[in-house]
Amino acid sequence: MKLFRPAGKEPLWKDEFSINRADEQYVSRRQFTKFLVLTSLGMFVGNVWILARSWFRGTPVYPEKNICRATDVPVGGVWLFRYPTEKDACILIRPDEETYVAYSQKCTHLSCAVYYAREKNRLECPCHEGYFSIKNGSVLQGPPPRPLPRVLLERRGEQLLAVGMAVQEET
Amino acid sequence: MFGYEFYVDPSRCIGCQSCINACAECETHRGTPMIHVDFLDRTNTIATVPFVCMHCEDPTCAKVCPADAIKKTEDGVVQSSLKPRCIACSNCVLACPFGIPKMMTELEQMMKCDMCYDRTSEGKRPMCATVCPSQALAYVPREQIERLRREKPTNTFFFGKQKVTTKVFMMIPPEQDALSVDVVDYMWEEKA
Repeated sequence: MKLFRPAGKEPLWKDEFSINRADEQYVSRRQFTKFLVLTSLGMFVGNVWILARSWFRGTPVYPEKNICRATDVPVGGVWLFRYPTEKDACILIRPDEETYVAYSQKCTHLSCAVYYAREKNRLECPCHEGYFSIKNGSVLQGPPPRPLPRVLLERRGEQLLAVGMAVQEET
Repeated sequence: MFGYEFYVDPSRCIGCQSCINACAECETHRGTPMIHVDFLDRTNTIATVPFVCMHCEDPTCAKVCPADAIKKTEDGVVQSSLKPRCIACSNCVLACPFGIPKMMTELEQMMKCDMCYDRTSEGKRPMCATVCPSQALAYVPREQIERLRREKPTNTFFFGKQKVTTKVFMMIPPEQDALSVDVVDYMWEEKA
């Protein structure tokens, strides 16, 4: 702030932390205008940056990855795996004979691990009782703001593969 | 009470301690007086002097406060430390040239005379001035004190090289203009 202050004036902290109670809370018009201009400028630059980023960002490429053999997972059972990187925990569920679904295991609220509640046939987060649908990962109840990211699966013979992540709209 | 000022006259103090008890009755700091009644030279005389906060125009206590806890209001009254800010460092206690601030160790907060802000801000006189039987502590208009007293009110003090101007007036001999105190004068007994 030294750039904006004329030389020979009291240091800024003496102005900001004045002994007088009235001066302490006083905001001059110039100060207020400066604040407004700088904040709007900051927000403008930030928005331009976000816009530029979304323009230049390509679609993400996901690797193919073997998960397991289809027979490894019993009906009503789950299989834990990592996709797309080793840090992203995912859960594969086989709710009935023919269906396989997989979701990221991180709850979209505060990243607790969700588990499969077989008797209710849904994914449950134990931390704040957020429930997700097994059909499409949408939020059934609780604080999670977004559906669970879905892992796209492909079956080649007996082998199950993860081939990508589906971006899901907010419900 | 517009035009009313606080006058302290040490020569009138009889050491009755009424002001101490009146101050301690205040609701904002019940049981703890904020006024000082000091013996001047206890071995040689019974003379006492009452000290309220002088409410300096440029308060040293507030200037040395590292926590920004001591504030002056628009009417010139320097307030007690703000409880959420005071860190009980005692800087103000050591820095005040008049020795006014008191460190309340059990509260971990500095408290001092605020000229009975709850009273004076709504037109009442400070507690000590209402009870002082000899009016060594007087809260009266300027004309009245000039008419009734031989001494002259001053609010300019010199502590060594530091000039202090205050809101509260001290009654001094009429031939003087300001009160000058140099600590060095009192450091060696045989000097005088």
